[in-house]
Amino acid sequence: MNIHEYQAKTLFEHYAIPTPQGRVAKTALDAQHIAQELTHTSWVVKAQIHAGGRGKVGGVKVAQSPSDVFKLANDLLGTRLVTQQTDAHGLPIECVLIEKTYPIQRELYLSLLVERSAERLVFVASSAGGMDIEAIAHQMPNEIITVNVHPATGLQPSHCRKIGYALKLEAAQQKQLNVIMHGMMNLFLEKDASQIEINPLIQTQTGELIALDAKINFDDNALALHPDILALRDINQEDAKEHEAAQFGLNYIALEGNIGCMVNGAGLAMATMDLVKLKGGLPANFLDVGGGTNVEKVCEAFKLILADGHVKAVLVNIFGGIVKCDIIAQGILAAMAQIDIHVPVVVRLEGTNASEGRALLSNTPFTLYAANDLNDAAQKVVALAQGVAK
Amino acid sequence: MSILIDKNTTVICQGFTGKQGTFHSQHALDYGTKLLGGVTPERGGQIHLGLPVFNTVDEAVNQTGATASVIYVPPFFAADAILEALEAGIELIVCITEGIPTLHMLRVKAAMQGTKSLLIGANCPGIITPDECKIGIMPASIHQAGSIGIVSRSGTLTYESVHQTTQQGLGQSTCVGIGGDPIHGMNFIDVLSRFEADPKTKGIVMVGEIGGSDEEDAADYIKAHVTKPVVAYIAGQTAPAGKRMGHAGAIVTAGKGTAESKMQALRTAGVEVVTALTDIGVAMQRCF
Repeated sequence: MNIHEYQAKTLFEHYAIPTPQGRVAKTALDAQHIAQELTHTSWVVKAQIHAGGRGKVGGVKVAQSPSDVFKLANDLLGTRLVTQQTDAHGLPIECVLIEKTYPIQRELYLSLLVERSAERLVFVASSAGGMDIEAIAHQMPNEIITVNVHPATGLQPSHCRKIGYALKLEAAQQKQLNVIMHGMMNLFLEKDASQIEINPLIQTQTGELIALDAKINFDDNALALHPDILALRDINQEDAKEHEAAQFGLNYIALEGNIGCMVNGAGLAMATMDLVKLKGGLPANFLDVGGGTNVEKVCEAFKLILADGHVKAVLVNIFGGIVKCDIIAQGILAAMAQIDIHVPVVVRLEGTNASEGRALLSNTPFTLYAANDLNDAAQKVVALAQGVAK
Repeated sequence: MSILIDKNTTVICQGFTGKQGTFHSQHALDYGTKLLGGVTPERGGQIHLGLPVFNTVDEAVNQTGATASVIYVPPFFAADAILEALEAGIELIVCITEGIPTLHMLRVKAAMQGTKSLLIGANCPGIITPDECKIGIMPASIHQAGSIGIVSRSGTLTYESVHQTTQQGLGQSTCVGIGGDPIHGMNFIDVLSRFEADPKTKGIVMVGEIGGSDEEDAADYIKAHVTKPVVAYIAGQTAPAGKRMGHAGAIVTAGKGTAESKMQALRTAGVEVVTALTDIGVAMQRCF
């Protein structure tokens, strides 16, 4: 799960990680008041959305007066911001973060994440902050330093020194870095984060280290352990259909194509999309109905798929393990009775109770295309989506 | 021969009396697995499915002599269950549970270092040596004893591979689902090396998916150490970057862990990489 920058900075404060002085505003008037309270000569107005790349598209602007803050906030609030990391519709700006500006001497990069192959938490740091870490890795790989932390020992002073020396920090900043790294580690462990990124971590002209930006992702598997973190969820920043699907225990991701897919198992769902593409079609979605599927879930899955107006045909691909094919067949029939399914549906059933499932589907008043095998199913659904009768 | 488990493997079940534990233990018993009992705290001394229930894994091991354990406990208790099995000296721990927090697994894996215990999973279908021993949630009926070793990160894609190799008359020596989580137990290489050493295994099917670099590491290993024919399939060729595709481990970040890079690495290692899932069985058959 993602949270907003302003929420991440509030968490940072709890963990003694220095952040710029500032507050979040939901209206332009609030924004102006905040600027007035933060007595200063210039302010930054930052659009709060769950995506990076805001600066390049006008989502982060500097104001020279409180009335300027009002104007900039007014321009941003209520609009949608499209960045490199969003889709073409962008994300809604419902609040802006107003902060004091700071005189920047250096921009650094610091993050903490799970390194899968080493099975450790790893700090990643660079003296080339302010740009994407991917770009740094690509253009100047020698500017990146990583430090693995063993779960049994935790963060040690030597870990902090290693990064401090690599970033060419002076003694005073090294002390600040220790505090920041310990704060990041404690936050990560206590709240089950999956990534904490500070980019840039600035060194001001007076020698302070401050987290100018803040990005935190959390491990979805651990959210139920942290109601305080779950409360930070902003569903308006998430795909509405993905969110609705999750309420029914369905795993749905919208894609660009016109062939709806309903599959059991994440691996098979991906493989089904791949096969559809290989046969010349384009999948409209990823949808895993999961292991404990019942009639109701299949109905909801159909509703989700068909709510996408681009869908011209649906492929149901089930390899019954724990999922029983006859249950899926009953779900399909119930869905067809409940909702107007106006597009052709191709069904491939294999595994547990497949013959019972096929028998159920062969005795119906609805138009269903039974597939002999997965290849046949993919070919049929692609042809049907293209309007070629089969 | 087979790898990791055979008809003599003795098994206990953690989370034995729960809904999942009960359902799958009954199926394991029906299959002929030597399931000797189970563990559910506070239920020690009871009889469940005709087998003894113990309060602790220690007790279960002491009383039954089991060397393998299968875990069906809820996600927030699973790490504890794995550690309990580890400390009781269980040699093969199979964790089926989906949704374990990553940090829990990070600690479990660190604790396992230097021990002789092996972990399969979590978030996996388990392991089966057809006609001998079934530990996990896979449908028994699609398997057939034979010569192909199958290793996969995905449950349902394991079933597809099993189904296709059965249809081709090849059958399976052992099938291992290593699981879809980013931090997990045995990896491809741990299983590939055992298939290579197993005389009964004549060919290997490896099913990977987007995310991480396990497949690339496996490709390097295969190039240097595996002489048997390997057919590979990578799921997620059409997955958008940055999205978690169901499995916690299946996410492509910043061009890393793409299906393309994995397929290329495997091809370079001399692996027969199929782009269509449905070609796994035929491609394997062509190797003989």
